Formats: sequence, structure tokens, C-alpha cells
Amino acid sequence: MLGKTAGGLYWMFRFLERSENTARLVEAGFRIALTRSSDPESEWKSVLTTAGVRMNYDQKYDGYTALDAIDFLLRDTDNPSSVMSSINNARTNARMVRTALTTEVWEAVNESWMAMKAALKSPVTQAKLPEVLGEIRRYTALVRGALHGTMLRNDIFDFSQLGIAIERADNTARIIDVKYYTLLPSASFVGSALDNVQWETILRSVSAYRSFRWLNNDDISPMSIADFLIFDSRFPRSLSFCSRILDENLGYLAKDYRTRLPCHDMIDAQRDRLRASTIETVFDEGLHEFITSFIRENNAIGLQIEQDYSFVG
Amino acid sequence: MSTDRQHFDEMLLGGEGVRAPYAEYQEWFSHEDVSRLSKKSKEAEAFFRRTGITFNVYGQAAAQERLIPFDLIPRIIANREWTKLSKGIEQRVRGVNAFLHDIYHRQEILRAGVVPVDLIAKNAAFLPQMMGVTPPGNVYTHIVGTDIVRTGEDDFFVLEDNARTPSGVSYMLENRETMLQMFPELFSQIKVQPVSDYPKNLRRSLAACAPAGCNGKPTVAILTPGIHNSAYFEHSFLADQMGVELVEGHDLRVVDGHIAMRTTEGYKTIDVLYRRVDDDYLDPLNFRPDSMLGVPGIMDVYRAGNITIANAPGTGIADDKAIYSYMPDIIEFYTGEKAILKNVQTFRCSEPDALKYVLDNLADLVVKEVHGSGGYGMLVGPAASKKELAAFAAKLRKSPGNYIAQPTLSLSTVPIFTKKGLAPRHVDLRPFALVSPDGMNITPGGLTRVALKAGSLVVNSSQGGGTKDTWVLED
Repeated sequence: MLGKTAGGLYWMFRFLERSENTARLVEAGFRIALTRSSDPESEWKSVLTTAGVRMNYDQKYDGYTALDAIDFLLRDTDNPSSVMSSINNARTNARMVRTALTTEVWEAVNESWMAMKAALKSPVTQAKLPEVLGEIRRYTALVRGALHGTMLRNDIFDFSQLGIAIERADNTARIIDVKYYTLLPSASFVGSALDNVQWETILRSVSAYRSFRWLNNDDISPMSIADFLIFDSRFPRSLSFCSRILDENLGYLAKDYRTRLPCHDMIDAQRDRLRASTIETVFDEGLHEFITSFIRENNAIGLQIEQDYSFVG
Repeated sequence: MSTDRQHFDEMLLGGEGVRAPYAEYQEWFSHEDVSRLSKKSKEAEAFFRRTGITFNVYGQAAAQERLIPFDLIPRIIANREWTKLSKGIEQRVRGVNAFLHDIYHRQEILRAGVVPVDLIAKNAAFLPQMMGVTPPGNVYTHIVGTDIVRTGEDDFFVLEDNARTPSGVSYMLENRETMLQMFPELFSQIKVQPVSDYPKNLRRSLAACAPAGCNGKPTVAILTPGIHNSAYFEHSFLADQMGVELVEGHDLRVVDGHIAMRTTEGYKTIDVLYRRVDDDYLDPLNFRPDSMLGVPGIMDVYRAGNITIANAPGTGIADDKAIYSYMPDIIEFYTGEKAILKNVQTFRCSEPDALKYVLDNLADLVVKEVHGSGGYGMLVGPAASKKELAAFAAKLRKSPGNYIAQPTLSLSTVPIFTKKGLAPRHVDLRPFALVSPDGMNITPGGLTRVALKAGSLVVNSSQGGGTKDTWVLED
């Protein structure tokens, strides 16, 4: 496979994952701001921080209103991570690697792009927001479904999975990073209204509100939430799950190409570290430190993959 | 621009009834419901959008991706008509390849005085770098898309030879797919020769042209300028259908005297490169130094015989519009036969007498730039205003050698589908020929382009033309 093609697949799926994650952040932020928050401004500020776009946003706007934040996160093509920018980028990459995609996957991406262009043509009113967000979720699911249902399980699939896993791990880790202070035992008053809101936001941002409660019954504590997001490999957005996907697909590549590369050592090291840690040791050593170093590692693995498989010349 | 002259309609006879090749289709059509067909027509457009069969229009930032309108009435050619056409194309393509070999070697045709020396020596399409180079298999034009127009029952003219990198074949294939999806019943009633083997044949034909030193199965790749090129859809479509890599200049480099592509497992040698990049941009070391689209040093690899470039560099000299007027003589010179397909009468404005005639009759002529393509920079006399004519006359006087002129042909029409019923529109035809040392393969039919505006003679997609599925009947 061409290095460029591998890179195109990787980025196409990173951007699709990003568009979905951004939509989910907006959804959680919107819901919390509507129902719970006494301070919607700070809620939107934290959503923008989590999405990693606050600096861009601050250059453009003075305050953090729902309308501005939503517009910036969904529609604004000055924001390279907005849903519209992400879908544009995903489709551009898809066109580049079209020969590596099944017709179903290509058409799903192209249809998503056409639908999003139409849905995000003009500012999204609060009344229309649930519908638009639903549409984003449906279309990303369509692409994922086409990927899983029609693509050969070969290197093409592996590079797609790598893009998804790197982006998703980054997203979950950043959500923890921005909200880590609410998860610290010192800041927690179990059952207090404020904490419940914060925890709900976290769980909703990763679409895990229901599954968390389902798995943990009444044990809603900062530690159990952090444990779930970091270590629960049943949860498809946990750091541990993403790490396993990276490990698996890098493993397939090593086997297919009969070559072990530096990225393989890096993912092994990450797996070992995760396996050797528990939520207790993480809290002992510092949640913030753990998460920042995870984000750094995850990034480094991404860059190493790009280099090892010659994405660019 | 409209012409008042009577034109030949390929389907409808003057009074009632249809020409023989359309008889069965007409029978089916007469039982169809206009509103059902309208719905089908909309479905086709949605299908094209969804599959991304679009082209980029240069100089239009806002609407970069457009559809080429598709008309659902097929253009039907009888087997007998096709036999003659394909013989003519075969002969012409043979002549073009012999001409190219000669021009880049002994230049017998210049010595014989059939083609003037100046026309070659001073021509920008002539590549001195190709002198003495024999491409693998001695094939220059691996893929040819001859533009043909019709003016009467037996009158076919070649308009352009398109020996560089003809485009449009993806539309030929997708138009047929669309018709098969929309009207499957038609194809069980009427026996139409298939076109779907084209990608397979193209791959086979290109592989057969691999360099002599290639061991094992040749690696073929398509070189595209990238996703912003107007024909990018076609490049990726063909790569996909042929099962070969679609590469850009920055994926390639010279490794051990061969061209190699950067893969996830290191560099891999390419034997045959079907390039959709113009000569000028092919190699910044040998041609335009500012080109980012090509591969530095590829011409040296080529001259060393280590890669096949399709079509060969320098083939533009054969489809140059100034050379065009000599084509009947060129064909006779190399094949010893009279040209089967006619040339359109052509005035070379570089000749004083011709220039005078052209200036005197500008309002009746079509004037084309010698190196232009895509319908840009041409004047259609009958459609031009007095002001446009005067401006063009000034350009002509200033650099006559840049122009040729032809009478406005009364192009044949084929009806298109409109809500008010069938309406005649002018068409042309671009059949696709594949050349290899194993022989020539011409796909039955080709791409029919149709001017969608009533009376218009300009069929180019960049100028608002559409396409039709083209049927060659079995029998």
C-alpha cells in the first residue's frame, strides 16, 4: 500500500472520529447548560477547552455564549476541529484514498459530507440542535457500519482502526484532563449537587452515562468514574480499550509485513504501564500527571506510526 | 449559437418514424410514461452525486465540484456503422504511431516534403528530448480518444486526434452502469455490446507495454496531479477498477535507476506509469523546473528504458491542431491506404492565402487555437457578435500561426429527454482505443457528448455540455 494511502486512511478516520466526539461534547454541554448549570458560561468554556480549540475561539469571541460556542464547534471552518471542518477533511482524505475504500464506505462518507453541508449551511438554532446532532451521530455510525461490514480485514482496515483509536484515546484523555479536579477525592462530596453535575457531564461527553450506571449500580464516586474511563476495557472509549485496539492492529501489521518497528515497542510499553497500574496507584501518583503523560505518549505513538509507515515522504 | 441549416438527426426521421438502429428503442420508449422517466432522470443525478462522479471546474472557487449532466436517451449506433468507424480509427491510430516514431527518429516524412519542417521544428509540442528514444514496445499512444462528428448517413469526420491523455472514459463506463440500473429491461430486449471490459483491457494493454527488463508481472500505476485536478474522479475510478495504485509525484522517486513508489513497506518499483500529467509537468529536471506534479529524473529513467510512460512524452505533436490538416497525407504516407475517416477542411492561418480567406469569412468559420483544448480560446463565427469578431480578427492578424479555421459543420443531433418530450441536440463521439504490441482494442461505442442548449454546437463539459450512454448494437 502507498504510504500516502495509509496516511489518508488514518486521517480520514481520525477526522470522522473527531467530528463525532465534537458533536458529543456539544450535546453534553448543551444538556448540562440547559438543565443543571448555574454557570453556563464556564460550562461552554470547559467544552471548548476539552475540544482543544479555546485559543482559536478566544481570538474570535469575547464571551462564552451557547450560540457562539455551538456555532464555532459545529459550523465554523476557521476552527480546524469543528464538525464541518472535520467532515471536510475526512472527505478530502477519502477522495485521496478512494481506491482503498469499498463503494459502501466511500458513499457513506460522501453522503455524510453532503448531509452535513446541508444541515450546517446556516447557524443551528437551539430548537434544531438535537436534530442536527442526531444526524451527525447517525452518519458517523453509517460510515463505521460500512467499514465493519464491507472492508477486508487487511492493512487498510488496520490503518483505519489506528486512526480511530488514537483520536478516541486523545479525546477521552482530554475530557479527564479538563475535568480531573472534579474527580479528585479531596474535591468530592459524594452526593453533592455540584459534583453530580460534573460527573454527569463527563459521562455524557463519552456517551457512557447509562452504561456506567448499569455496570456500577450506585457506586458513583470519582474513583469509580476515573477507573471506568481509564481501565474498563469493556467500555469502547476507555483508554485501556483504545490501547488494546492500537496493540491489536499494530500487531496485525507487524505480522502482515513481517516487520517490527519502533511503534510496536511504544505500544508494548504503554500496554505494560496500563496493566501494571490500578486506579489506586494512579490516584496515589497523581491523576493529572498520569493523564498528561498518557496524552503525550498517545501523541508520540501516532507520530511514530506516521513515520514507521511512511505516511509522508 | 445556432445554425439554420438542416441537420441530420440520428434518431428521428424528418416526418414520422425513426432510423433503423433506434427502432427497438422507440418501441420501448413509446410505452413509457414521461413522469416515470423524469423521476428516473432525477434518480440518476442523485446517484452521480452520491458516488462522487463530479468534475472540478477551473477558476470557480465556490462551485468546485459539478456534475456532468446525463441524458437518459441513448445514442445508438448500428453494428455496420461501427465496423466502418472502428476500422477508420484503427487506421488513424496506426498512422499516428508510425508518424511519432518517424518524427522522433529519421523524419522521413519531412524529407519527403509531406509535412513542412518548420511545423515540427518550431512547434512547442515537439519534444527534442525524445529524439532517438524508442518507447518500450514501440508504442507512443497507448490510449487514444479520437473525437468524431457526423453530418449525414455516411459522413463521419475526425475533429481531433487526442493522442495525449484523453479523458472521459469513466463517464462512458458510469453512463452504462446508470442505464443498466435505471432500465434493466431495455438491455434484455435490445442486444447492446458491453463496455465494462475497458478497465481490464486497459490494464492488460498497459502491462503488455512494460519495459523489456521487467521480470514477472509488471507493476502498473496511474499518476494524477491530485484531488484538485478536474479529472481526479476519473483517475481514482480507473485506478480502482484496474486494481492499481493511484500515485502523485511526491509518492515517487528514482531508486537504483528505476521509478519507485513509497509504500508502507518501503519503495517499490513501477514498470508502467499511466500518467495523467502533461509533458511540461512530468519532470522538473527536464521540463518545467517549477513543477511539483512530476518526478525529478523520470525522463532519464525513461530514456534508459526502465519505465514505460503512457502516453509517451512528446505525443502532443501528433494531435496538434496545425498538424491535423496534414493527417490524411500522414496516414497515406505510413499505411499506404487512403484515410477511411474524413478530415474537416482546415485553413492554416499561417498561410497568407488561407489567412485572407479566414478574415474575409470569419462569421461563417470556427477558429481554434493551435494548442488550445477544452473549448477554451475558440471562436464560433456564426454565434459571435460583431465586436467579438473584430476583436478576434485583431488577434488573428497579430499571430496567425496560432490559429486554424474550419467551416462550421452541421453536426448530427440525437434527441435529449425534456419534460416536453424529445428535443434534438448536437452531439459528438469520443471512442477509446488501446494500443499495445499485441494489437489494438477499441471499446464499442465511447463517450457521446451532447450540447444541452438548443442549437448549440459546443459539447465540452467545461462549457455546459452533457453526456449520453452510447450503444453499439450486436447483430
